Amino acid sequence: MSAHATDVARPREAAATRTTPRPGVRTVYAWEVRKLLAQKRTFIGFGCAVLVPLIFIASLLADDGGPEGIPFGDYVRESGLAIPLVGLFFGAFWFFPLITALVAGDIVATEDSNGTLKTILTRSVDRWQIFVAKVLAAFTYAFAALLLFVGVGLVLGGLIWGFDPLISLSGNQISLERSFLLLGATTLAYFLPTMAVASLAILLSTVTRNSAAAVVATLMLSLIMQLLGIVSALDFLRPYLLPTQFNAWQGLLRDPIDWAPVVRAAWVSALFAIPALAWAFTHFIRRDVAGG
Amino acid sequence: MSAAIEARGLVKRYGPVTAVDHVDLTVRTGDVYGYLGPNGAGKTTSLRMLLGLIRPDAGAAKLFGRDPLLEGARALDGVAGFVEAPRFYPYLSGRKNLELAAALDGGDAPERIDDALETVDLAKRSHDKLKGYSHGMKQRLGIAGALLRDPRLLLLDEPTTGLDPAGMRDMRALVHRLAENGLTVLLSSHLMDEVEDLCDRVAIVSRGRVVYEGALDELIASTAGRYTLRTTDDEAAAAIAARAFDVTVRAGGIEFAAEERAVAALTLELAQAGIGLLALVPRTATLEELFFRMTEGAAA
Repeated sequence: MSAHATDVARPREAAATRTTPRPGVRTVYAWEVRKLLAQKRTFIGFGCAVLVPLIFIASLLADDGGPEGIPFGDYVRESGLAIPLVGLFFGAFWFFPLITALVAGDIVATEDSNGTLKTILTRSVDRWQIFVAKVLAAFTYAFAALLLFVGVGLVLGGLIWGFDPLISLSGNQISLERSFLLLGATTLAYFLPTMAVASLAILLSTVTRNSAAAVVATLMLSLIMQLLGIVSALDFLRPYLLPTQFNAWQGLLRDPIDWAPVVRAAWVSALFAIPALAWAFTHFIRRDVAGG
Repeated sequence: MSAAIEARGLVKRYGPVTAVDHVDLTVRTGDVYGYLGPNGAGKTTSLRMLLGLIRPDAGAAKLFGRDPLLEGARALDGVAGFVEAPRFYPYLSGRKNLELAAALDGGDAPERIDDALETVDLAKRSHDKLKGYSHGMKQRLGIAGALLRDPRLLLLDEPTTGLDPAGMRDMRALVHRLAENGLTVLLSSHLMDEVEDLCDRVAIVSRGRVVYEGALDELIASTAGRYTLRTTDDEAAAAIAARAFDVTVRAGGIEFAAEERAVAALTLELAQAGIGLLALVPRTATLEELFFRMTEGAAA
């Protein structure tokens, strides 16, 4: 080791009071995002978000058939704007829960198993800042994956079948500008339950300290809720299950707009997300960091 | 002025096992303090509690008068180090790992990265991904990460474990240099020669309990007054010595404990008896002997 470079080890003054400002959540968040962008797992998620609409479009080009009996299924060859909407419908079953959980379920657990949690917890930031930054980073990733999914479907679908106005679920033609606007609003509405899934994954990641277990358990939870939704004896539960909220966007594409499912998606998603995050937060703040 | 570290009554239990059992530690500013104990004695658990990584079941620890559990990151101002092996992100380069650490430290920490890398001789490999680093390089990067915080107190948990002899020598030289420059160092180790070489005060811990805390010199001096005697007739000499002291006859000579004046009287008696002195060697126990005496005694 170098004997000459001792500037970093100069004699210390006794004063312990820090005069420089501490890093804020924004700094921690920026590094959480940078860490995500350096991991293969993130790009596997993004890759799937690109690949799935590509496969869907390729299958439409390869065959005259198409999705029938689903919202906008009849219009996939009439407007590129219908492509991402059909994709979102199918994506609700397991695709979005999976790619969301892929990162959100890993974001705390992997730091625990690698021992890097103790590295960042012994710097000048508090535990709550790290937790908040991780939640925001997981949401950012999920939103980016959603945008990629919608964007790829929209651009490729539009280039192939044109950017023609949509026909609403009420059967009326929507102007092109409004169609784009509603597609944006649809993406935001879809993001509500996505955040709830991410929150559950973060909870499982924090509590299990096991990345694979958290990802699989999140997906299992999502599938179990879907199963509950198709049991006729449990019909009363369906409006309050997360998978139902993934279809709330359809209310935006009615004429006039039916806000009820969107509002319900907001509060039902919050009912899942807030307790999950509160539990995860409490656990993260108080936990012993002894791994690694 | 507050002690650099003041721990009182620290207890940590894992089910039926008490890993740390009412540990008191006082590390004064400027100390190079050895925290010495066999594997599993509770050293790492104690360090985790000092850094606020785990909660004690009882007791409290303060760093420069601040409790990490109550004051969070503020209590770690001026404090750096690592527990067990330093851990970094394998998918980032060494430099990026330090940039991340510096960002989380804030202030002028980012400006110290180059100096820190130079200090630990990693500047040339700083752009390599961490997964290509050897164990020794990771240890050195851990020190670099600690130096970014411009610490006044450095906590190092077995920093030479897993290093080759040259790596151990370099790491010890670095710790020497940091201590000479005014850092207070708490060095956890199970390596006696390392602690003897680097530390001026020690706590010896066994089965979660501190069995000695104080100056290393005083500990070793406390065993002074023992002698080994070799003569031209050990058997006769032992008989004479046994009139005044408890003696043990070994292959290497006669061992006994006595005051200096009594030793002088013994040499005269031996001379009068016609027994020649081949060697009279004052002995102090080595740290290793004391360590085993204390830790194995505590275990018994």
